[in-house]
Amino acid sequence: MIFKRPFFWVILAVSALFAVLPLKGNNVDLREGLILGAVSIILATNLNLMIGYTGYVNFGNIVSYGLGGYIGVYLVASRGWPLVAAAVAAGVAASLFALLLGLAILHLRGAYFALATIGILEAMKAFVSNFGPWGKAAGIYLPFDVYQSLGGPMQALWTTYFLVIVVMGLSLLLSYVIKISKFGLGLFAIRENEDAAIVLGVRTSLYKAMIYGISSFFPAVAGAFIFFKSGTIEPMQAFDLTLSIEAIVMMMLGGQGTVTGAALGAFLYEELRGYLLTSPALSNFHLVIAGGLLLLIVLFAPAGLMGWVYRSVPRLRRYLE
Amino acid sequence: MSGVMASLIDGLLLGAVYGLAAMGLSLIWGVMDVINLTHGATIALGMFALYLLCGSFTVSPYLLLLPILAGGFLLGVIIYWIAVHRVVGQSQLMSLLSTFAVNMVIIGLGTTVWGTSPYNINFSVPGFSLGRYTFTGNHLLAGLAAVLIAGALHLVLYRTRMGKAIRAVADNRDAAELMGVPSARILMAAFGIGIALAGASGGLVATLFPFTILSGGAYELKSFVVTVLAGLGNPFGALLAGILLGLLEGAVTPFIAVSWIPAIEFGLFVLALVLFPRGLFSTTRSA
Amino acid sequence: MSALLEVRGVTKRFGGLVAVNDVSFTIAEGEILGLIGPNGAGKTTLFNVVNGVFKPDQGEIAFAGQTITGWSPDQVVRLGLARTHQIVQPLNDMTTMENVTVGGCFGREQLSLEKARQLADEVLKFVGLSHSAHLLARDLTIAGKKRLETARALAAWPKLLLLDEVLAGLNPTEVTSMLQLIRTIRERGVSILMIEHLMQAIMNLSDRIVVLDFGVKIAEGQPEEVTRNPQVIEAYLGDPNIAEKLMESE
Repeated sequence: MIFKRPFFWVILAVSALFAVLPLKGNNVDLREGLILGAVSIILATNLNLMIGYTGYVNFGNIVSYGLGGYIGVYLVASRGWPLVAAAVAAGVAASLFALLLGLAILHLRGAYFALATIGILEAMKAFVSNFGPWGKAAGIYLPFDVYQSLGGPMQALWTTYFLVIVVMGLSLLLSYVIKISKFGLGLFAIRENEDAAIVLGVRTSLYKAMIYGISSFFPAVAGAFIFFKSGTIEPMQAFDLTLSIEAIVMMMLGGQGTVTGAALGAFLYEELRGYLLTSPALSNFHLVIAGGLLLLIVLFAPAGLMGWVYRSVPRLRRYLE
Repeated sequence: MSGVMASLIDGLLLGAVYGLAAMGLSLIWGVMDVINLTHGATIALGMFALYLLCGSFTVSPYLLLLPILAGGFLLGVIIYWIAVHRVVGQSQLMSLLSTFAVNMVIIGLGTTVWGTSPYNINFSVPGFSLGRYTFTGNHLLAGLAAVLIAGALHLVLYRTRMGKAIRAVADNRDAAELMGVPSARILMAAFGIGIALAGASGGLVATLFPFTILSGGAYELKSFVVTVLAGLGNPFGALLAGILLGLLEGAVTPFIAVSWIPAIEFGLFVLALVLFPRGLFSTTRSA
Repeated sequence: MSALLEVRGVTKRFGGLVAVNDVSFTIAEGEILGLIGPNGAGKTTLFNVVNGVFKPDQGEIAFAGQTITGWSPDQVVRLGLARTHQIVQPLNDMTTMENVTVGGCFGREQLSLEKARQLADEVLKFVGLSHSAHLLARDLTIAGKKRLETARALAAWPKLLLLDEVLAGLNPTEVTSMLQLIRTIRERGVSILMIEHLMQAIMNLSDRIVVLDFGVKIAEGQPEEVTRNPQVIEAYLGDPNIAEKLMESE
């Protein structure tokens, strides 16, 4: 049934494009640029499940990415696990962690929930910085030979790239499937008016816990792949609040609540960021420009790009969900 | 043992500064239900303001707090009009994001202008000893200044017309408007006061420790812990809770590595949010 | 007929205020029970206790043979007890159609999305909102929003419907329409408990009436007897002949 929907094929096509484009002429630069875009899309799309669909602002969303990174890298480096198994385990662990936390904090509303998630992110960072088995503040370094099992470092870079693209495609699909499901309808009702939703029969506590867990899975898996690829992980990088906020900016830029919006916003923002960071004059201004952009969006265009698109060409609603 | 005592005393005095910082956050939160994420950045700006003023004027740094309070108020008014005014009625997410955006801009600009190496204000006030205990001069005066400024805030809130209007708006904005209180101006004033307090507390911190534009973050965290513990709209409770936090830190630092402190404080923060939705000393609102 | 809803000795306090004080009554299947009383009498609080938004401090509630005291509102809806709110609570950025679909998906029948949409279609026709099906809920008129509130509750396929002042804010034409709708709902086999201030409506729709004042039940019975009750007249009605006047005007 989902195969009948045009948007399903849009997702497939985009993912295929990501996979195939850098292969032409072995374009390593393009690959490196696209992988950053893919990670942003993964983060923003999954964050959209919490913020856009359910209305719960997960400010500390990067915690699952960092936690996934640490668990994945630890399993590969210290326990000799194969990469994919380690990444999946990282995803499961991060989701379970979220579920547990959810029990404690999901009854908080609005800004209090948002602040609690920041608290959790920072607490995690502070804890990991003191945690011996994970290298404390110095983090973990992957020994070079882990790449041998993947056919050497060059091949490993390509393999991780494709794995990340798979995660991206799955994230987009997950986001879409939820959006058109009964579960998704319940989430939207929670976003609109949680008290009314309860009275209408939506199992709000259960749904919130489920989506909090689900939205932590793919970012954690992606984190495992990315930090494996970098060869190193340390607390400041893994649990970077700014990155967490940037995921929110991406989502709002594109338009929260839609699959296309989150993905588009992520991609555009990532390109902007890449340009800013590499331009010698503007690199310090990266934060200033990101901040300014966020301010403009919040003040003048809270519905983001897709809001504008849907208003201008309403027919597109059916093809770009 | 005297080491612990000294640590406790320092903690108590530093706690007053934490309390002062938190008062700014709590006031804004209580009056207009806005969570001011520029808090840390404005504290840091206060630190740099004192540094610059000390460099230009050979007056006691504590007197320089006065222009910092005034400048902070002005900055607060500007930030209010840019980032807060339009989003005040909307969901808290919006003001969270808009104030965070301003925070990013300030930090970005600050890093460009001042870099990331620590700055220091070279000055110290001689302390004194009573028996086995030594009281550090800087800490003493910082604590005293914090309490004095808090006292001034109390005067403003309870003895002036504007203060009364602020309290009215905090209590019930619609009713206050119906009675002719110009709430936009009051909100602006309250925001200005909140930033002024943040800046002043930053200045006081600068008399005690070296700092960078990023140093505000740790104090922002402490302010959040304190505000949530004290309960919203309870600035003087925040002062008390700040002192408590300082005491707690003082009790703990001789025994645990400093790097654990943030973990403990964040843990406390989440616990406070979850367990004490009304705060420890709150009078009215809850989380 | 067996009692569909039994409220036994329910008391609800907020701090020092006793909002509902030892209230008991029953509703039979197929009945329309009117709940009246001055503002602040505790009527909406009673609704909130019945459908699970508040837990009673004392007392029990039984619905369709099950004790539901302390159940959460979503559990209560699944059993067949739906309600509307005095201050309407539309899901603003969703369409009228989607709003009603939510009712169908999470109500007593727990329908699939497709079936819930089909049901929503029918319910919207039933309440007369088909033409607004694709409007955002925030863009409806107040009368439309009230109908939407009712439609959503109906989509949950309830056995008992709690209506909280559905007529407030409607003009006379709209009131007549809504009254007709309520009658039709009862004809479909749904029992109704309704809070209303519009005495004309209460008198002509209710099989029985319960009167609350300061949280206490001060009268219960047929509309004619209740409205002649001196305590009720003193507390709420003001006019001892109101019953005749209203019955005549219908």
